[in-house]
Amino acid sequence: MLTKEGRRTLPTRTISGQDMFSLDDLAKLFELTVREDTLAGGLTVNTKGQTIVLTAGQGLASVGGRLVSLPAPPVRDGRTWFVPVDFVSRALAPAAGTRLELRKPSRLILSGDVRVPRVAGSLEPLGALARLTLDVSPSTPHTVAQDGNRLLIKFEAEAIDATLPATTAPEIVQGLRLGDGPVVVIDLGPRFASYKASDMPGDRGAVRIVVEVIAQTTSATPAPGTAAPGTPVTPPTTEPPSLLDLAPAGGLRTVVIDAGHGGEEEGAKGPNGTLEKNVTLSVSRRLKAALEARLGVRVVLTRDGDETVGLDERAAVANNNKADVFISLHANASVRSSASGAEVFYLSLAEYGEEALRVARGESEALPVFGGGTRDIEVILWEMAQARYIEQSAVLAQLVESSLRERVVMSPRAIQQAPFRVLVGANMPAVLIEMGFITNPDQERLLTSETFQGSLVQAVVDSLTRYRDARATERTTGAPVAPRPGGPGAEAPR
Amino acid sequence: MRRRVVVVAAMIAIAAITAWLLLIVLPRKYAPPDAPTAGPIAPATTEAARKITATLYYIAEDGMALVGAQREVPFGEGLHEQARHILEAQLGPAPRPLASAIPEGTALRALYVTDRGDAFVDLTVAARTKHTGGALDELFTVYAIVDSLTVNLPAITRVQILLEGKEVDTLAGHVDLRHPLQKSLQWVRIEKDES
Repeated sequence: MLTKEGRRTLPTRTISGQDMFSLDDLAKLFELTVREDTLAGGLTVNTKGQTIVLTAGQGLASVGGRLVSLPAPPVRDGRTWFVPVDFVSRALAPAAGTRLELRKPSRLILSGDVRVPRVAGSLEPLGALARLTLDVSPSTPHTVAQDGNRLLIKFEAEAIDATLPATTAPEIVQGLRLGDGPVVVIDLGPRFASYKASDMPGDRGAVRIVVEVIAQTTSATPAPGTAAPGTPVTPPTTEPPSLLDLAPAGGLRTVVIDAGHGGEEEGAKGPNGTLEKNVTLSVSRRLKAALEARLGVRVVLTRDGDETVGLDERAAVANNNKADVFISLHANASVRSSASGAEVFYLSLAEYGEEALRVARGESEALPVFGGGTRDIEVILWEMAQARYIEQSAVLAQLVESSLRERVVMSPRAIQQAPFRVLVGANMPAVLIEMGFITNPDQERLLTSETFQGSLVQAVVDSLTRYRDARATERTTGAPVAPRPGGPGAEAPR
Repeated sequence: MRRRVVVVAAMIAIAAITAWLLLIVLPRKYAPPDAPTAGPIAPATTEAARKITATLYYIAEDGMALVGAQREVPFGEGLHEQARHILEAQLGPAPRPLASAIPEGTALRALYVTDRGDAFVDLTVAARTKHTGGALDELFTVYAIVDSLTVNLPAITRVQILLEGKEVDTLAGHVDLRHPLQKSLQWVRIEKDES
């Protein structure tokens, strides 16, 4: 955990595939009072006058009366309770009213106003030169300097959250690693001659640092086109490579994206006149392009212009195209201009009565047949096509929610079930994303900005990548769709 | 002598029970106005002064939930009349820090309550045209109406919202209104815990 005061380590424990913190450790660190209610099987956590209620066996916490989802229920071991690491960002942060950011891949909690830019590196060996690219987000002042046989890229920050490549260019760059503090170290090879560093503005307030390491121009050996990958050097800090590159094919072929509203139906309207129907169309088009390019899936839009499309037609587009996933994009609106944040919805069945619940449980119905007797037939009303997919929709919603959370502000009601008309008839996993509140002037500006739309698109691409991988795993192992063992989605809807 | 007293007492008791059945229980049970009739029954008597306390639902200050508020509404004779009074109060202005979940200018056109406890609430088109269009606000509008009836009047178990006398798919493009909806407190936040 990083604070202004420095770094502290907080032990985690993996319980059924889920990283957990002991509540006792958290209590010491954040000055919490924890009270156990043995009768109700729950826990009450108090911090700064706010109360968080946890219930054994439930992946939900009530924070000052608001429900937030947790990837797993609290677990008790002896006298100690363990909570998923997400508890810190989802429950503790809103309750304490301070910034607590959880960066799962790098196992960091950022507390308060600390600067910890993300640094993602890649190295291209190009013969007589090796080009290191570092994408730094948010843009952070830095210096590049040579120190003996090393190049140091120092950042003005408390720490950096770096992902560095394992690739090397043996004669020029022997390896990349994290130095002490917010420093990336390039270990130079014997043929190093000089270097050139430059900055380029990156996407969304990021900066791209390009360092070209140039070799001596001796004609000793013609430099190979590519360096031998994986030459063992000082073990650099590496993360598992991006899922995108390793994802097995299949599992996800067609995605239908529904740009909410359109034509005569303008949807919600922002204080400066932004129309929901235009925002949803713009994001849908960008999402289509990104999904086609990045995941190689077929993407169909329910509308690609300013047209009025009925709610039944939208689900029909998905059904007729045999979509594997249906995603409906919307912008929210509230009578309160302060309301903000993104939300993810999937269908709730309770409103559709016993029939829908029966379908969701996969029960068949015994129907009389000609010639007497009965026969078990799975009867599904077209109108309730979604009922069969409700668990998969819940998994998808969890994945979308956690990917969005990494990139955009979420509403306190981040993930919810509701009787939404457009989802009922979808014969595949389906979610509806409310990207933000168009009635909030700041969010209205964001919703029309390229940067924010880009973040939304990226988040959905990320979540569908994870979803595809989960499906592929399911096909090969026969295990039910679950993003990760014990990961989000472990809480099935009721 | 003693036996006589017992017999008289028994007769009085039977008479009392019969009177109670005839005058109170049966009229309630077989009261005709619960059948689908929309017309105002308007007792317009001194009953107007009598009030009951009902829980009505409004949008919280942060816009993220409904909250219940105890409010006085006129007493209504019979289920239908009481339901009408509750709805009219729910459609009215919100108490101060809260905001109304019902779009301004929305009026109750008619109310039907069936014997099975289904209420049909017919609203004017302002409920759609004056709506913010947000999915969350739409859920709040729908459930403020559904819950104000089902919470205060347990005899009403399901509520369907109509617009200008017709069944509608949705109010603002999201919430499925093709079927009557049951009580749901999912959108209601309990404002203060005991702690």
